[in-house]
Order: sequence, then structure tokens, then C-alpha cells
Amino acid sequence: MTTVHLGMPVVAPRGVGHLRGDESFPDAARRALADTQLRRNLGKATGTIRAKRAAVVAEVPDWEELRDAGAALKTEAMARLPELLEQLEASVTAAGGQVHWARDAHEANAVVTELVRATGADEVVKVKSMATQEIGLNEALADAGILAWETDLAELIVQLGDDKPSHILVPAIHRNRAEIREIFLREMGRVGLAAPADLTDDPRRLAMAARAHLRRKFLSARVAVSGANLAVADTGTLAVVESEGNGRMCLTLPETLITVMGVEKVVPTWRDVEVLLQLLPRSSTGERMNPYTSMWTGVVPGDGPQAFHLVLLDNGRSAVLADEVGRSALHCIRCSACLNVCPVYERTGGHAYGSVYPGPIGAVLSPQMTGVEDNASLPYASSLCGACYDVCPVKIDIPSILVDLRRQHVDAARETSRLPGPEATAMAAASWLMQDPQRFGRAQRASRVGRLLARGEHGLGRRIRSLPGPLSGWTSARDAPAPPRETFRQWWARARGGRS
Amino acid sequence: MRIALMATCLADTLFPDVARATVTLLERLGHEVVFPPEQTCCGQMHVNTGYQREALPLVRRSTRTFAGYDAVVVPSGSCTGCVRHQHAMVAERYGDAVLAADARAVAARTYELSELLVDVLGVEDVGAYYPHRVTYHPTCHSLRLLRVGDKPLRLLRHVRGLELVELPDAEQCCGFGGTFALKNADTSTAMLADKMRSVLTTRAEVCTAGDASCLMHIGGGLSRLRTGVRTVHLAEVLAATG
Repeated sequence: MTTVHLGMPVVAPRGVGHLRGDESFPDAARRALADTQLRRNLGKATGTIRAKRAAVVAEVPDWEELRDAGAALKTEAMARLPELLEQLEASVTAAGGQVHWARDAHEANAVVTELVRATGADEVVKVKSMATQEIGLNEALADAGILAWETDLAELIVQLGDDKPSHILVPAIHRNRAEIREIFLREMGRVGLAAPADLTDDPRRLAMAARAHLRRKFLSARVAVSGANLAVADTGTLAVVESEGNGRMCLTLPETLITVMGVEKVVPTWRDVEVLLQLLPRSSTGERMNPYTSMWTGVVPGDGPQAFHLVLLDNGRSAVLADEVGRSALHCIRCSACLNVCPVYERTGGHAYGSVYPGPIGAVLSPQMTGVEDNASLPYASSLCGACYDVCPVKIDIPSILVDLRRQHVDAARETSRLPGPEATAMAAASWLMQDPQRFGRAQRASRVGRLLARGEHGLGRRIRSLPGPLSGWTSARDAPAPPRETFRQWWARARGGRS
Repeated sequence: MRIALMATCLADTLFPDVARATVTLLERLGHEVVFPPEQTCCGQMHVNTGYQREALPLVRRSTRTFAGYDAVVVPSGSCTGCVRHQHAMVAERYGDAVLAADARAVAARTYELSELLVDVLGVEDVGAYYPHRVTYHPTCHSLRLLRVGDKPLRLLRHVRGLELVELPDAEQCCGFGGTFALKNADTSTAMLADKMRSVLTTRAEVCTAGDASCLMHIGGGLSRLRTGVRTVHLAEVLAATG
């Protein structure tokens, strides 16, 4: 890869938003793994969505061709990104909207805060949006004295519980019905209409409580903030795909609509929407079609919001685009199929990843957006099993990107640190030994000293129950095999006389 | 057919029975097996842990070692995957186009054991006898990187005396993942616990797979818990004649 230092795009700034965790993945995961309720909730939820997705994907005879089409249109869109964004700006402007360009989270938050202030409103309703979570918009608005109400049911649960989202599509996946009931009873009354005192954990009762609580917000709010699933460059049309209809309320009732969208969501034409809207619902909720697809183009007099603002957000995306291996992570349509099949995500949940983008896609997207040094443990938070790549509707080769991010991390450490760490030393030593079969053979014979560790074990399959140093992580839960009396190469030389 | 054995550094060093079984099996089927002693390691651990620069000399050695053979057999899905999907990539990263081309040529003739048997040699009944209750774990790289599909199962179904029982949630990763097992030992162990539970529900005596590395992990857990279930590589099952 060529390295270009001049004019390289900048990564997402520190100190704002939610792309960086407070601790490393292994540390956060250790705590999550000990939470038995979390493990049960996640195992049940991901298992259910996985099965639903598999069933509806199996119904589509040309699913693989659809994936190819999705990957191709996203590749084209990313290759033509500057041109498409300018075309989108022209289309949205022509339709009566206004476009704002935000280099990073600070700029996007400032633009939205100013736009809300200009309306005189002191509260906004929000349709679930990953981009506004990414930039920490709610906190920025709160600093300006503006209250932001999340209206997506799961997002409401997260907000009322003073919690963080743990899944791209189902942000409250880590909560079960009993926990949700407690949160509603405890918190709803403090910020609006209280939940009925006799609330049970019946899903219908919980939904009705949320509905009554949210209706008041919808009817009083004058400004809405949304994200977008996609934007069509040649028509200036924006789209939000959702299940509850709460997004539709946000997008149609208030006077002013402000949409914050990552620049990678632009597609060239309407025909591309056909492909993505077939891929997305089946991959995400396991539905043939999602219940609500809202589309709007600028402003229509007398119908819906009379002021529309589109904030185009970079926040490290151009840096991702500059990486020839990692750039396909920008193809992501936020379906979360990769989270639901990931054996790591299923056990640790989303919070362990630190970033608002968890799971396999988060493990490749977050380190690229922040620079790998700020999310250095995420590329290693995978066994490289490849289940994510198989289900990705736009064929993002997540395992290959993870491997390349690990390389970037190691290469960067090589350049910045004076002395290599224990791992780098061990890797260099292993490489040196294995470059020469004689050296390797000697090292193999020396490793037989490990047989001493299996002392006291008898018979076949002698096992080592405790290894020293960095290898103790292995024997904390697993026995290790004792080195054999004779390596294969020794046997071959003895039995076959070195014939080759 | 003259077949070169890539024993893999792991089997060579820690599980020589796996490589010996591969030799026994292929010779029984009438083929000549050679072990080029210049081989060491494919470099997968280095590549997958981020040490591509350190992997480059290993890629070079592996490619040179196996360049002259018509067929190379590997008793490992993940090492085959490394040869096929990573060797040329590493060579290209460091600007060695000749090595990349050579690596691609070797990769095209390199086969995981079940691929060699079913696709190249055209056999499903290898004449084995293994009177045990066995469950098969499809390792991730053989399943998703190589797409071996049901080839190992077809081979196992022809083994006389063998009672094959289906592994629940078979396609879930066992949690090994190379250095993942050390760097994320807790998560790796949680994945292992679920895999062991699946294995135990089958009431099998033996859990088999095409990768000694995953079996070292699963077997290490089964042994620690004194489950009485052992792990045996697919090559050893297929080589057995009682």
C-alpha cells in the first residue's frame, strides 16, 4: 500500500460522541460474560432473529445475486462519493431543503443545536439514529438546554434507563420484559406521562404504556431530528425504514425536520433503492418487508414539515474511504445481521465494544473512524469464524478487514515504540525459528521439556494443567497437550530414512 | 499420485499422530506421500495476529517448499485457508509479485484432506473401521473459507462401525481463533462451554474435526472437565482399520 501523508483525511475527534470505550474489549467482555441475565437475554434474542433471518433469506431464489448487486452499487457509490454528494445537495436544495456539511461530530452538533435554537423550541423528538448517537447529539443539545426525546421503543427504554444502546437495530436487546417494566414504572413519570401503576411485563401492556407516553411528545414537539437509511442523489429523496410507526410520526408531525446522515448513505439512483430495500428488512429483522418505509423529498407546502435540513456527516468516514482494504466497511447498511450471528457478540453484548457501533461491523468501523490506536483491542475481538461475512447483505469481508487492522495496529506499534513488547518479541522469535527447518527442529526438540509439566499424568493423552506466563490464559480453562516423545519430522526421518 | 504432505507446524510438533495418520491413509489408498523436510509453518498465526511482515519469510519458505508438487495435502482447514487466501496477499503487500504468482500456483494445488480425498482422488469410502460413537464439528475455516461442505461427513458415513451423531449448533465457532484464545480467553472459554455442551448432548465418545488446533481447544476443555469424551482428528478416524 502506498502511504500518502499530504492531505490524508482526519479521523473522528476525541472528547465528543460515542465511538470510543473506556476500557479494552477483553476487560469489558469479562464483566459482561459474568452477567447471567445478559447472557440469557442475548442468547434468546440473537437466536430468534438468526432463525427468522435464515428462513426469509431462504425464500429468495436470487439472494446471492441480490447481495452482489448490493455490493456493486455500494462500491460504485463510494467510488463516486464527492460527485454524488454534490448532486444530492443540488437535488435536496431544489426540492426546498437545506444542506449542511459537517466535517466532524463537533460541527454536526453545532449545526443541529443552532437550527433548533433558531426555531425557539426547547425540545425535540428523535427517530432512532445511529449517526446522532455516534456524535453524542443528545448530550450536545442538553448542554444547550434542549431536551431530546427518543421515540423508538427500544431507544426510549435505553434513554429512560440512563443506559447505552447495545445493538444497532435493537438497542435494548440486553434488557428483558421484566427489566423494561421496572424502567417504565420508575422513570416515565419523571419525564412525562407516567406508566400505569398496574403495569405488567406483558409485551402488549408495555407497548401501550410507551404509546401513551410518546403520543404526548409527538403532539407537542415542533422539531424532529432523524437519521436516514439512504438518500438518493438524483432525486434528493431521503428514506427511513422502521417497524413501529414512531419514526413516521417524527418525520411528518413537527414543523421542522433535521436529518443527520453519514455521507456513505448516498446512493446514485432510485433503482438502487429497490435492491437495498429487499436486502435490508430480511437481513435485519428477518421480515420480508418492514412495516414503515418513510420517504420524503425536500418540502411539500401544506404537508409535513415545512422546513427540512440535511446535515451531511463525515466524522472519520473519509479516512475509512482512504483505506483500500477497510473502505468496504462503508458499504454497511446497518442491518445488524453480523451482530446476530457473531459468536462473540452473542456472549458479550454490545456494550463491551465501547463504541455505538458494536459487533463485527463495529470492530472494523470504529477503529477506522477513530484511528486504530484509539480502539486497538476491537480488531482482535473476533475468532475470525467468518459467520459475519456469510450473512452480510452487501458482502463486506469483515474477517479480512479485521486481519488488516491488526496488521496496521502492529505496524504502528513497531514504528512508535522503542522496545518491542513481549508479544512482538515472541512473534519475531517464532518467525526467526521457522525460517529455518534446522532451527525449527531444534526448537521442537527443546519443547519436549514441556513433558515435565505433564508429570504425574499417566497413560495416553498426557495433559498439562498449568502453563506459565502468557500461556496461562490457555490453561485457565483448558488442559494443554504434552509435547510428544517424537515430532512428526523425527518419526519421518527415522521411519522413512529422510526420504522426500 | 505423488502427494506432498504439509504436516502443519502444530501437528508436526504437538500432534504427530495426525500427520502420520494422513500418510497411512493416503498410502493405503495407493498413493505416494512425501514430506518435504524444508517445511516449517504456513505463517497463519503471524498473519492473523497482525505480524504480516514476520509472516513474509514463512510464506516464501512454504511457497518454495511446495512449488514442485502436483498436489499438496494439509490435514487442516485453516492452514489450507491461509495458503489459499493469505499467502499471495502477504506477498503483494510487500511488493513481491513473483512470490505472489508462485503462491497462487501452489494454492491452486493445495487441498485440505477431505477435499483431496473427495474432489481429487474421488473416494468417499476409504476402507476405514472405527467402532465408536462419533460427532463431527465443522471447523469455521473449512466450512466458510474452504466451503468443504459435507465432504467430511460423506467420508465419515462410509467408515465401518462408526456411529455418526449430529452435533447440535454444529456451525457455531468453538472459540479457538488462534491467538484469540489467549487475547480474549474469557470470551473464548464462554464459546467453548457452549460447544462442549453441544458435544456432550450427543453422548458421543469422540468429537472429530479437520483441524488439530480447534480440537486442541475443544479437547483441552473436555479433558479439564473430566468429561470422558476425547477429540480425534478426522485423519486418524479415516486411517483407522481396527
